[in-house]
Amino acid sequence: MTQTRGIDYGHAVRDAVLAGMVALLVFGPITGLQLSGYEVVARMQWPLLFAGIVTLGRFCMAVWVQTEAGERSLARMRAKRSGGVTVAEGKGKNWQQKLVPFALIGGLALPFILMDNRYWLTVVLLALIYVLLGLGLNIVVGLAGLLDLGYAAFYAVGAYVLAMGAQYWDMGFWGALVLAMVFGALLGMLLGFPVLRMHGDYLAIVTLGFHEIIRLILTNWVSFTGGPNGASAPLPTLFGLEFSRRAKQGGQPFHEFFGIDYSASYQYMFVYLILFLFVVAAIVFCVRLRQMPMGRAWEALREDEIACRSLGINHVTVKLSAFMMGAMFAGAAGVFFATYQGFVNPTSFTFIESAMILAIVVLGGLGSITGVVIAALVLIMLPEVLRDFASYRVLAFGIVMVLMMIWRPRGLMHIVRPRFTEKGA
Amino acid sequence: MDWHIFAQQLVNGLVLGSIYGLIAIGYTMVYGIIGMINFAHGDIYMVSAYLTAIFLAILTMLGVTAVSVPLALVVVMLLTIMFTALYGWTVERVAYRPLRGSTRLAPLISAIGMSLVLQNYVQISQGARNQGIPSLIEGTLRVGGESAYVQITTVQLLIVVVSFVAMGILTYIIHKTSLGRQCRATQQDRKMANILGINTDRVISMVFLIGAAMAAIAGALVSFNYGSFDFYIGFVTGIKAFTAAVLGGIGSLPGAMLGGLILGLSESLFSGLINTDYKDVFAFALLVLVLIFRPSGLLGKPEVEKV
Repeated sequence: MTQTRGIDYGHAVRDAVLAGMVALLVFGPITGLQLSGYEVVARMQWPLLFAGIVTLGRFCMAVWVQTEAGERSLARMRAKRSGGVTVAEGKGKNWQQKLVPFALIGGLALPFILMDNRYWLTVVLLALIYVLLGLGLNIVVGLAGLLDLGYAAFYAVGAYVLAMGAQYWDMGFWGALVLAMVFGALLGMLLGFPVLRMHGDYLAIVTLGFHEIIRLILTNWVSFTGGPNGASAPLPTLFGLEFSRRAKQGGQPFHEFFGIDYSASYQYMFVYLILFLFVVAAIVFCVRLRQMPMGRAWEALREDEIACRSLGINHVTVKLSAFMMGAMFAGAAGVFFATYQGFVNPTSFTFIESAMILAIVVLGGLGSITGVVIAALVLIMLPEVLRDFASYRVLAFGIVMVLMMIWRPRGLMHIVRPRFTEKGA
Repeated sequence: MDWHIFAQQLVNGLVLGSIYGLIAIGYTMVYGIIGMINFAHGDIYMVSAYLTAIFLAILTMLGVTAVSVPLALVVVMLLTIMFTALYGWTVERVAYRPLRGSTRLAPLISAIGMSLVLQNYVQISQGARNQGIPSLIEGTLRVGGESAYVQITTVQLLIVVVSFVAMGILTYIIHKTSLGRQCRATQQDRKMANILGINTDRVISMVFLIGAAMAAIAGALVSFNYGSFDFYIGFVTGIKAFTAAVLGGIGSLPGAMLGGLILGLSESLFSGLINTDYKDVFAFALLVLVLIFRPSGLLGKPEVEKV
């Protein structure tokens, strides 16, 4: 590869023309001919445009990989793909740790800044729910390397625990939060135990099926769940104080107790603060977990299952613990989502939801906690800013997933293993 | 329980099962050869339904349908198979081939991404509402008496016949031709096949092409039968076809067809005799049960993990 040679433009042109023709055939019928009743309307400009882009892109790529810089970056990419994980230096703080106090103060101050802007308050709240979901799925997919495509099922179960609990057993937010986590973990165990003994890929399809089962039950069991109409979910209370304008009989609303004027923002601010503290606790939990034997076993199992088993790690219990932990997080996130939205119905928990959480984890870098937090905030808040492109959102998620796997399968953030420091060293 | 209701459900199940079997072939061949679940396969099937409608509309506008309906249907089928096969090939080339030798999780996530891309690409370019094709094949066959009869439409008959013919051709290709030998060799040991001079990348491309072609036959036949579809049909049908592949034993071609038939028949009987709302739940529960009690399926070989 070291000899100097010219760039083979003929080869590049041939590749580009071929790619362009394939693109024209592929895009041709679907984008170029739109069905309208039993007839089609031709819009050939689109496939021609796409084919042009593909041809040009293929040509540029073919030339680029023949230049020296291109060869080097290709070699780097190959190394990244199979490359392992670097271990932290152990001394000093890296930039992520330095950022922590600012993030904490900023996060706590945010609801008071956004108090008069209820719309953005709810957007931030939703983004935080996805941070929690991302953290949970990160344990399953990122750390343990198990592909869970039905993650939204546990999320749905958490949300319905709050709604059903309030409806039938007069359960409040706090009770439901604990119960949803227990219930989610139990359900995770019930599903994971038989499947995790088998080849890893089956888990993906079984969780996908499980998700559909949960969704169908929620939709069809009308007498219990309310079916497609859904059910209402209560707001959290602060030591018995409610956040509505008027309390139920015997109760006292928050604003009367403290003698301040009523504002609809209070309820969101309160949910935000609980959620924020919960997310902080979850992050600490995840960070600590990675340093514990259990977390190390997860990552080892992800890298090489056979080696782990021959070293005496029980792969079923280790995987099951990751799966249950992830389900637990989703259950908690479900309760927050239900209380945030005020009601639950099955359309909030479609497959797209699972795919979106997966996109967050993939973009964040499969295992990197900082990456997941940033990815969740960006992926949820960006579409709010770019409203016009809302219909292309899921398409963009799909493209991002494919490109990330090709370009950087280990995510945008470089993963650094926590170092094990001996005492006194 | 009247015999004719039972028999009618059997007929419906046979039709449904043939479709599942055709789609399951794509899953089972890809899994057999590169060991990944091609989540985008269900969406390839969905794309083929759209292609069928588009080509049929073009032929109708050109006046071919008015001249001869069978000719139009054959042309539509062939065009759909060709274009869908191209889709299968492109998906492999764009989303899976660059990932050879990557982590185990990478192709799965890429496949999920590709599935989302296909769904939304079709939704954006063709619109979110249901699309349909006119019913061109008429006629029903009735077996039985005045009040108790079993009804078989010509389309249903066509589905079963075409499916079995397609299966037969595929079995011939795999067992008798040079391409089939290469496929089997690659499935057994990809590295060794490569050393022996088989272009395994080309073989894998061909497998995706064949799988997509089979899904295209299923997509076209389903469109002829139901006449209506949307961009979301690939999802649930995809999971069920995968269930069929697992049921029959993943990696095994006759297993895929057998699994498809069993799943179609049992689902049809379940929805006809017990409960329609939960027929999908039944199918997915079957998947979990098969994986627990017989993970290698009915005709598959037990999986041995090698270092």
